[in-house]
Amino acid sequence: MSTGIKDKVAIIGMGCTKFGERWDAGAEDLMVEAFEEAIADAGIEKNQIQAAWLSDCFEEIHIGKSALPLSLTLRLPNIPATRVENFCASGTEAFRGAVYAVASGACDIALALGVEKLKDIGYGGLPNSGSNSGSLNWLWMPNLTAPGAFAQLATAYAAKYKYSIDDLKRVLAHVSVKSHANGALNPKAHLRTPITEDQAISSPMVAHPLGLYDCCGVSDGAAAAIVTTPEIAKKLGKKDLVTVKALQLALSNGEEVQFNEWDSTYFVSTSKASVVAYKEAGIKDPRKEISMMELHDCFSITELITYEDLGISPRGGAPKDVLDGFFDLKGGGVPAQVDGGLKCFGHPIGASGLRMLYEMYLQLHGRADQRQLKDPKLGLTHNLGGFPFMNVVSIAIVGKEGV
Amino acid sequence: MVGIVSYGGYVPRRRLNRMSVIQEMGWYIPALMMVANGERSMCNWDEDSLTMAVASARDCISGFDKSKIDGIFLATTTPPFADRQNSGIVATALNLREDIVTADFASSLKSGTTALISAVEALKSGEKKNVLVAASDHRRTKSASFYEMWFGDGSASLLLGNENVIAEYKGSFSLSLDFVDHYRGESQKFDYTWEERWIRDEGYAKIIPQAVNGLFKKYGITIKDVAKVVYPCFISREHKGIAKKIGASKEQVVDNMHEVTGETGAAHPLLMLTAALEQSKPGDKIVVASFGQGSDALLFEVTEHITKLAPRRGVKGSLENRKEEASYAKFLKFNDLINAETGIRAEAATQTALTTLWRNKKMILGFVGGKCKKCGTVQYPKTNVCVNPKCNAFHTQEDYEFSDKEAKVMSFTGDYLAVSVEPPVLYGMVQFDGGGRTLLDFTDCDLENVQVGQTMKLSFRKKYYDKDRGFTGYFWKAILK
Repeated sequence: MSTGIKDKVAIIGMGCTKFGERWDAGAEDLMVEAFEEAIADAGIEKNQIQAAWLSDCFEEIHIGKSALPLSLTLRLPNIPATRVENFCASGTEAFRGAVYAVASGACDIALALGVEKLKDIGYGGLPNSGSNSGSLNWLWMPNLTAPGAFAQLATAYAAKYKYSIDDLKRVLAHVSVKSHANGALNPKAHLRTPITEDQAISSPMVAHPLGLYDCCGVSDGAAAAIVTTPEIAKKLGKKDLVTVKALQLALSNGEEVQFNEWDSTYFVSTSKASVVAYKEAGIKDPRKEISMMELHDCFSITELITYEDLGISPRGGAPKDVLDGFFDLKGGGVPAQVDGGLKCFGHPIGASGLRMLYEMYLQLHGRADQRQLKDPKLGLTHNLGGFPFMNVVSIAIVGKEGV
Repeated sequence: MVGIVSYGGYVPRRRLNRMSVIQEMGWYIPALMMVANGERSMCNWDEDSLTMAVASARDCISGFDKSKIDGIFLATTTPPFADRQNSGIVATALNLREDIVTADFASSLKSGTTALISAVEALKSGEKKNVLVAASDHRRTKSASFYEMWFGDGSASLLLGNENVIAEYKGSFSLSLDFVDHYRGESQKFDYTWEERWIRDEGYAKIIPQAVNGLFKKYGITIKDVAKVVYPCFISREHKGIAKKIGASKEQVVDNMHEVTGETGAAHPLLMLTAALEQSKPGDKIVVASFGQGSDALLFEVTEHITKLAPRRGVKGSLENRKEEASYAKFLKFNDLINAETGIRAEAATQTALTTLWRNKKMILGFVGGKCKKCGTVQYPKTNVCVNPKCNAFHTQEDYEFSDKEAKVMSFTGDYLAVSVEPPVLYGMVQFDGGGRTLLDFTDCDLENVQVGQTMKLSFRKKYYDKDRGFTGYFWKAILK
């Protein structure tokens, strides 16, 4: 009988680079920048780390294969290191590897580090893999991009819940305005300019009906976490521990895109992973118990639908919550994208899951400066890699020890 | 009795208003104005002679048992592959039986009629029972040339057989003459053409009458016995002139379609024949002659079965499904005649793994999915494990054809980021009537005309072109019903 991960592992150090178009830095520089902050925060020596996990997604455009780039860059002392990749859930995968290693007793202290250097390709958006996306995929999958794949959620959602595209775009605009407002308060965020709803609505079309301000930033960056057991953390003198409450992953099995039931207005995997994660964390009413969230807002519509998949808003009810300000920083509900989200903090894919945990960690330690929420207890992070019709979802819940 | 059992047509939906060429290039060659009446058909960027051949062939065999087809001949002067049998690709797209004869008839504008003669001869010998002849052409021309004005893109298919014949084959007369009005040397993109006056006077005006009269003499008939005469000639005045030379009245001569499509190359005699069949009644004799290094003249007699042929798109339906294209620049871009910026995003890898294509040829070229023997669920693509979560049986899938199924749009987008010849790229998820769903590119439709719930059907199209290796990849896309 599995007992889950709750309170078995504590985070003792975290680091995160400034995200953005880091023309000044290569992936190696970003890794060092995140690691130096994390190890200083943990207050340990590098040789106390006994195992490491590295995450990235488009390794072919920056570091190449294997975990060697991590071991070489940080000059790790010949310890086990593993590179993981699971689309946009890669960062949380690295964290999961480190957390499970500690929880299993295989090692005492482990490192998870995620990095992505996207801005070395010479054009906007994510890399276009062409026939390197898989020899069979290339022969038949539509000529799709990430915005186009997710835009379909919006046309289907509008049709199902009888919204005009214009009305839905106003809801989506509020989602983005909120994230820009939060990002403006964050010195490490990629995009720090507040925007208005009208600006969001009238921005250039990227993939109908999503405009530029419905899409997250394409950024360079790295983030890192150092984890150990609560017992060791205490021996190291750590107080007010932030512990892992739940760590779940769910992957599509092709039903969405091949079977006859899914209607393109929700994420099957998020809906399933959230139920298991709440059970693991002992959460009964997430709308009341979750203090804050960092969701995978690759696009505004993804965030809107994820509110419903997480059971925070009822099905079809997310637009009302959004317009009521329920997810705003000072809205009195469950603040989302507290650090600006993928939308404004940025989205270096392999680093994003760890960056989300970084904000939760700062908030739980009361170190979030202008963004600081009052006495948060539980934070939820969510990644969605792939496409609405076929994806990898990760959910992590962290909180104060004993909550 | 051997003859035509069915016909099918396809003309691309886009029609270039010839005045748009005058507007942009009239300053350069004012004389183009002489042929600027009407419109010419133009392939969408994802169409070529092969996709059009599949479209007309599908129209032709609709309602027929395609498992009875034991041969397919493709006639075109613009095959996408110089060495990879193009008719074999059409056969795979149509998901025909594998134990059939496939052959490409190429390198001459008369190849369409030659394929027809070869098909009836195969039938008359008794070796074959049903042979499909598809003719199609997408000829490239230099910008601001008379040929750009004269030519059009299109395809016609005829199913030849010996049961329920709608037009009996009565005989043929062929001339083989190395008259080089134009040629296209190896590795050349465009034709090299000689003076039009010579082509007109020594070519069309002599060779077509010689072939038609040769046919008449061989079978002891005269023009008075004939209801309709089909022959190409893109010089409209000379098209009428030839009628005089063979003694045909205005009513007997089938329009050369200059004003509605332009001349569709090897397909044109068959396209015009299809147009003629659409207006024929039992007992009508039809002569069809081609032009291209000689001529083939064929004689058909329409039977009472023509009244029983189920309605199909044919030429009439193809002409009705029309979208005027007023932008000459789009015609240039679609035909790769201008070097427009595509951005670094377009530099992605485009290699085709031929091993992968071979293993998945039915899935990719034939749009064949699977049906579970255990639970009956249909799905695309066919996989080792049934997608139905209540079944998930291993190795229970039988072939299931989707290409003729209609589907409803569940979600869609118009993507301005994706690399495209004509942004935005439209695609979405569609749910097939009878089950099964997939993501597909949409084509031949505009963003403002697509909505959730819209009924779509499938069309075989170019998916990509690998410039480095000269390989065209084909797949199916959704079009508005």
